[in-house]
Amino acid sequence: MTSTAGMAPPAIALIGIDKSFGPVHANRNVNLVVERGVIHGIVGENGAGKSTLMSILYGFYEADAGEIRVDGETVRIRSSREAIRHGIGMVFQHFMLVPPLTVLENVMLGAEGGALLARGARAIRRRLAELGREYGLEVDPDAIVGELSVGLQQRVEILKALVRGAEILVLDEPTAVLTPAEADQLFEMLRVLKSQDKTIVFITHKLREIMALTDRVSVMRRGEMVATYETSATSPPELADAMVGRKVILKIDKGPAHPGRVALEARDLVVRDDRGVARVGGVSFTLREGEILGIAGVAGNGQSELLEALAGIRASSGGEILINGRPLALAQRNPHDERRIGVGHVPEDRHRAGLVMPFEACESAMLGFQHERTYGRGWLYDRKAIIADADKKMGAFDVRPRAPLLKTANFSGGNQQKLVLAREIERNPKILLVGQPTRGVDIGAIEFIHKRIVAQRDAGKAVLLVSVELDEIFALSDRIIVLCGGRVTGERKPDETNARDLGLLMAGVSERAA
Amino acid sequence: MGWFDAFIVVFASGIRLAVPLILACLAGLWSERSGVVDIGLEGKILVGAFGSAVGATFTGDVWAGLALGVASTVVFSLVHGYASIDQRANQIVSGTAINMVADGLTALVGNAIWEQGGRTPQLPDQAQFGTIEWPFAREIGSVPIVGPIYQRLLSGHDLITYVAFLMVPLTYWALYSTRFGLRLRAVGENPAAVDTAGISVRALRYSAVVICGVLVGLAGVYLVLSQEAYFQPHMSAGRGFIALAALVFAKWRPWPALATCLLFGFLDALAIRLQGVELPAIGPVPVQAIEALPYVLTVVLLAGFIGKAIPPRASGIPYVKER
Repeated sequence: MTSTAGMAPPAIALIGIDKSFGPVHANRNVNLVVERGVIHGIVGENGAGKSTLMSILYGFYEADAGEIRVDGETVRIRSSREAIRHGIGMVFQHFMLVPPLTVLENVMLGAEGGALLARGARAIRRRLAELGREYGLEVDPDAIVGELSVGLQQRVEILKALVRGAEILVLDEPTAVLTPAEADQLFEMLRVLKSQDKTIVFITHKLREIMALTDRVSVMRRGEMVATYETSATSPPELADAMVGRKVILKIDKGPAHPGRVALEARDLVVRDDRGVARVGGVSFTLREGEILGIAGVAGNGQSELLEALAGIRASSGGEILINGRPLALAQRNPHDERRIGVGHVPEDRHRAGLVMPFEACESAMLGFQHERTYGRGWLYDRKAIIADADKKMGAFDVRPRAPLLKTANFSGGNQQKLVLAREIERNPKILLVGQPTRGVDIGAIEFIHKRIVAQRDAGKAVLLVSVELDEIFALSDRIIVLCGGRVTGERKPDETNARDLGLLMAGVSERAA
Repeated sequence: MGWFDAFIVVFASGIRLAVPLILACLAGLWSERSGVVDIGLEGKILVGAFGSAVGATFTGDVWAGLALGVASTVVFSLVHGYASIDQRANQIVSGTAINMVADGLTALVGNAIWEQGGRTPQLPDQAQFGTIEWPFAREIGSVPIVGPIYQRLLSGHDLITYVAFLMVPLTYWALYSTRFGLRLRAVGENPAAVDTAGISVRALRYSAVVICGVLVGLAGVYLVLSQEAYFQPHMSAGRGFIALAALVFAKWRPWPALATCLLFGFLDALAIRLQGVELPAIGPVPVQAIEALPYVLTVVLLAGFIGKAIPPRASGIPYVKER
């Protein structure tokens, strides 16, 4: 496809882009050429500079040095308005929508076509209908945006860009918020856009999406553009290598499991969400010492509620939880008591439930155990002991920088996650509940975290792993159960199944027919 | 016809009492819809009142009074705007500061000039807004039922009253039918969306703050040039806060804001009317109880009877561009 560009100048050429934020060199002499009418992927770890680069292209920042060419012409882009004028549209990871307004109003915002709304509204309504027909991007213009599904909201974002006449569409990690079905729809949409000669820049850190969708791919690492490939001529291992700059093992080395006694058992567990809807509808399973049980499923199928119920954060409304064969009394169903009897919990969302962002790292590292003797006596804390304890944990888990007094929010996602893991694992729990351990974590840290989880298993701990990343489930689990709609749709051994089989179970196709 | 007459009297007085509430409430609506919480309405009413008293006293001209009243309120509004928009200060603190400064400064300056405990001299008639008689008010007035409504409810108010009532449909139209209104509603909900659409968040918020200043300034001007004919310290008497309550009550929408302010004005008029009236079994009406009604009503109704009142999502939060 790319050769058809022929003599036409590239849609975008970034030449020698350089940008620093104080001491942080976010982009170093970055060069990027995106040909017209292709889907161009950009991959890199978190903090590699992808978002900064795109923010420069969209006029959020001005580069310290370098040149931007759109269609071969050198341009200066100092604001979003100028980027829009040059035909650049951006779909942000966190949508730039106004939830209480209608789709029409959201699309109009900034492109009203006059001081009064009525005429512009008619024109844009017509344009939306046209775009709906042309690209299959139908959406009700009078729907309230806040009431639409995430997938449809993203569609509104794309429509916003197209209505403004975008020829170049930049999408920043667009699948992070989508269900697999919605992601497939998005890919289909992008292919249609490409066939209409639009140029698409697709930022992600998921290699599978790069392989499935893009024509070319550029890799960023620590602020530099390290390589560009034709997608058909590269492979995930090669891309992963380029991203981290060394060989990474996508498959983790682990020996066979030696399951022991049953450590945790759930019997017909029913859990309701805040609105009273049953999200877990009678789930039973056992978890043995020395094994990792993976719970797979599309996000939102009850895994979160199940994990919260097991950790004592959410009340269950039916069924039993047994720990070491003894039913867990209702009075004990709280994080404090569960921690005391040896249940460690790494919550799914470290921002919401795992850490207090404005706290110093050493304070975050004692959360949940703050009453323990280690940290002081009576009402008073021993600050030296707190710092020493945090320092030890940070050393053991290679948290960088190893600075117990740094604010939690100032660590990268991977290091924050390591801090949570350090806190829970260093307490030596018998049962470890882990939710999405590598969400928003870069590849280097993923490898480290995976090794630690396997090490826990090898030390005879019972590990429950909830993850929406199939790769992770495959890499770590000794046994996999699949949840769909709050029910177990199947149980597998990782070496006796494949992604397609699990995908069917995740879609609710119960037990194989054959 | 006794009760009907009484009704007309109370209602007409209710309208007069509602006017400053309507103006202040719409002022708050503009400001908060843009994302700037304005708890300083109370103080700005005082500034507007004082400014108009000073202007009218020195020039003897009602228009000069109006101009100075509105201009000084806009200045105070801009101070709050600068703190909230450019300096990203806490808007509650800034608003409270405005209230305190306004309360103290007006009394202090007033006392320094006229040495009457902060009171300004009584204004002559030509330095006040007179009432506007509608055509044939006297003739139609003798028609039963319709007559008194025309003569005493519709006709016979001053300019600012009519402006206040006109501001309601105008605000509604501006919010929902103009480009500026759409952008304003958007910026109070998600400024980042406005920013990425290539629109200046700062300019929008400053315009809203200026509109707020003009409207709330008019509320203060009304107290002096239309009602009392002099300025007196603390004369705003909590109207700014009542207007804020009405704003929440009306869920930040113009027409419900009008209805709420009329209701509060009417209750106020009723309290005045019932002063000293003997009721069977109860005896003299406890006026304080009726005076407290708007406050009680606000608390009770806000506690769940009007459904959830959700403010514009970004109100009170300074906009900081994120990386």
